[in-house]
Amino acid sequence: MSGMGLIVKTITRLTAAIIFLFGSYITLTGHFDLGGGFAGGIIIAVGYILYVLAYGKSGAEIETSKRGLVLIMCLGLVLFLALALMGLGTGYFFKNFLAKGMAGEIWSAGIIPFCNLAIMLEVGAGLYLVFLNLIAFNVNIREEEE
Amino acid sequence: MILYLTSFLLFLIGLYCVAVKKNLIKMIVGLVIMEYAVNLFLVSIGYRWGGRDPIVVPDIYNLTYVSPLPQALVVCTIIIGLSTTIIAIAMAMRIYEKYGTFDITKIRKLKG
Amino acid sequence: MFLLYLLLLFILIGALIAVEIHNLLSSVIAVGTIGLGLCIIFLLLGAPDLAMTQLVVEILVLIILIRATLASSQPDTYKGREFLAYSSTLLFILVFGGFAFFVSKTLPPFGEPIMSLANRYILEGWQKTGATNLVAAVMLDFRSLDMLGAATVLFTAIVGTMVILRAKGRK
Repeated sequence: MSGMGLIVKTITRLTAAIIFLFGSYITLTGHFDLGGGFAGGIIIAVGYILYVLAYGKSGAEIETSKRGLVLIMCLGLVLFLALALMGLGTGYFFKNFLAKGMAGEIWSAGIIPFCNLAIMLEVGAGLYLVFLNLIAFNVNIREEEE
Repeated sequence: MILYLTSFLLFLIGLYCVAVKKNLIKMIVGLVIMEYAVNLFLVSIGYRWGGRDPIVVPDIYNLTYVSPLPQALVVCTIIIGLSTTIIAIAMAMRIYEKYGTFDITKIRKLKG
Repeated sequence: MFLLYLLLLFILIGALIAVEIHNLLSSVIAVGTIGLGLCIIFLLLGAPDLAMTQLVVEILVLIILIRATLASSQPDTYKGREFLAYSSTLLFILVFGGFAFFVSKTLPPFGEPIMSLANRYILEGWQKTGATNLVAAVMLDFRSLDMLGAATVLFTAIVGTMVILRAKGRK
């Protein structure tokens, strides 16, 4: 696929980092304001998708980054499971073992911010990977074999 | 009551689209419409007259909140619906590459 | 309330357009408008967390559906009607409508939910978890096994998509 015009490329360079920042903000304040892991992760994935759409398949260097994305996605899910199993030592599965602080602070609500972070890693990397696989797939109709 | 009726009608429209249409992309569109209808029904079960958003204001105890239980369920449901749509679209693209058409009557006839 | 009824009418008209139009790209864009109308309805029903998630998921589904539609190049042009499909759909609508009519007499009226368990979550949610957002507290502390299941289903779907669309050479 080819990229888009010069105006779109310039605006994308300016706003892709701000979209990443916004996604991280929505994830990290998910326990006292709106949002959470899923919304933040999808926003980060959409920021990267914007970059690929504006610069084209060859303009953005996407051949070298698929292995790293698979690693980040698996790391997110393993981190979520590890947080669940860590409570098993002192209590039950998924016990909230960190301290509950004051309401409205960022270091509060025990285990919930770390769970949001793990889900953000998994969802963001995974959905960007799905998009890369969809555009790299050549839809050429296979010839009939004689 | 009108919300329940609208979600019921939306579900029937989606079901008609899945059962009667002969194009794969139209069937995926019908699946998405059915999933939206179910989400609307679940959220409208938990509404309360004069309720506010379920964000707790600390130390004030006589506010009425909307029930948070269906909302937590529907967040998971939206994500699972996204997973179903992703797999369906990948399979549709693979079928187009193999048979050259999205029409399901022609897919039955070719032995490619 | 008038805005809510207007949006419900908008959603029903959008769904009818999405089902009956012949051009595939117009059908996909009509599904996009249903999703955006649904996002505003969630906001009016007091669920802002859900409205945010529904909006971004809708945008992603639109991107993926347009990619699949533009890869092919044919509209929906099947002429002729199949009797079996129409009659079985009509039968199912009658059966489903009958059951729904009986069930709707036992549902609580709109605006007065039962809330036998949700009252406990509202009263003790902040003290037991320390989280102000009640939806996040219920989703990630009281009911966190559902979240583990949802994350695993999403992971499985992504891995499945990578396997289906693999482009390596086949023998």
